[in-house]
Amino acid sequence: MGSSLSDLVRNALIGGMLVGFVASYFGVFVVQRRMAFLGSGLAHAAFGGIALALFANIEPIYVAIPFTVVFAIAIVWIRENSVLAEDTAIGVAVAVAMALGIVFLQFKDNFADAQAYLFGSILFISGPELGMAAAMACVTLATFPLWSSWAYATFDRSLAQTDRLKVRTHDYTLAVALAVAIVVSIKLAGILLISTFLVLPAATARLLSRSFLQMTVVSVLIGTLTPAAGFYLSLIPDWPPSATIIFLQSALFVVALGVRRVAQ
Amino acid sequence: MTSHAIEAERVSVRFGDHDALRGVSFAAPEGAFVALIGPNGAGKTTLLNVILGLQSVSNGSVKLYGNLPQQLPAQSLGYIPQVKTLDRSFPGRAIELVVTGIRRSWPWRISSSERDAALKAMERTGASRVADRPIAKLSGGELQRVYLARALVRKPKLLVLDEPGAGMDAAGEADMYHILEHYRRDHGATILMITHDWEGARTHASHVLLMDRGLAAFGAPAEVAREDRLLQVFGYAGHKAASHGGAQHG
Repeated sequence: MGSSLSDLVRNALIGGMLVGFVASYFGVFVVQRRMAFLGSGLAHAAFGGIALALFANIEPIYVAIPFTVVFAIAIVWIRENSVLAEDTAIGVAVAVAMALGIVFLQFKDNFADAQAYLFGSILFISGPELGMAAAMACVTLATFPLWSSWAYATFDRSLAQTDRLKVRTHDYTLAVALAVAIVVSIKLAGILLISTFLVLPAATARLLSRSFLQMTVVSVLIGTLTPAAGFYLSLIPDWPPSATIIFLQSALFVVALGVRRVAQ
Repeated sequence: MTSHAIEAERVSVRFGDHDALRGVSFAAPEGAFVALIGPNGAGKTTLLNVILGLQSVSNGSVKLYGNLPQQLPAQSLGYIPQVKTLDRSFPGRAIELVVTGIRRSWPWRISSSERDAALKAMERTGASRVADRPIAKLSGGELQRVYLARALVRKPKLLVLDEPGAGMDAAGEADMYHILEHYRRDHGATILMITHDWEGARTHASHVLLMDRGLAAFGAPAEVAREDRLLQVFGYAGHKAASHGGAQHG
């Protein structure tokens, strides 16, 4: 049974706002902890999982989530248990995941499905992907009580550790949440743009905020509203929605930079 | 009943093939003011991390008031890190940082009782006028006073400071010693402080823990701070030894 245009638009708007909310919430921790490269690395890692699913004819998100979560845990483990820096661990993990993805895709006849994940295809968010985005939004809401602890460890890790916060557990929790958030957001923004989608709302919010709570709220507002606004804007010049959303978020970032300069 | 606040017994920490600490033993009585001094690479920060429960030992043990460091309730420990490690890009105000001393988490809002307690502690350390200032706009000295207020607001029985004089002028440093001594006297607290200020240690500390390449000498300042020993460890025996170029050891 095919979907009507109104169903596709409705899914795109709801899906866009849900993943925008999730990505922009975790984005504040990504920006303040300087984890943007981890976001980019996990998006590329997800590519391996998606390619494996396409090769096996399984709904991609069901494979990509566990695949990316394993990579997220591995990256945090390597960072905490070896002399390697995080960016080195990410570089290694990305290379392995991408190589796997390339191998799996070699056995596919056409690359159209893979392109949707590489560049984003908000109009073709599937039912399971919408359900997963809704579930992830609920999980994100459920992590709100951890906001104070995560914020504290973000501000000063050693201070939080001396206060007996389980910082390592939080690191793993955050990395896993980030991995899932990235996978559910990939259909919206695409692997190539998703890290920007994580970073831009939070970076804009940082420029406009005096407190971490304010930064979180502003980031979530930008992240949740810009996918819908960007989707409608993309219809005017008939541009790809994911790129238009990024342009819109980038424009807000530039405005915030100007506001900050004037305010100082 | 223990009468020691900090008890270290043959503590060794090894990183690969490097011994950061080699069988360090000392016992600081409750209410002591211990100045932890030594050149760069002497093992001061490693020992501090062991005491804070952030670093596990390869051998030996450390006890705080008879407990393993991880078992000491967080409310009993006040820690002041080096200001240079602070992430100044974090969007927060000075008073929020002080309230973390009460909550042990970053506040999303501050209740009136928390604000009163935080302001009282900030008044005590001379930081109340910067209470609502963004952390990014605090000077090094102001930040030290804010961190001190954060540590004192929970009324800890053990106060651990990592180079609190860094970023402070002479008057600020004198003021800090005054605040610490009053707090120690009023609350019977124990203080452990990493410092490069030899004169301050001699004048204000009840004990000196002198570290040199993983080994330690512990005792009253007059015993430990002998000129021949300072010359041996620092290559210099005067004021603020470690701040002089010739005093640096590997």
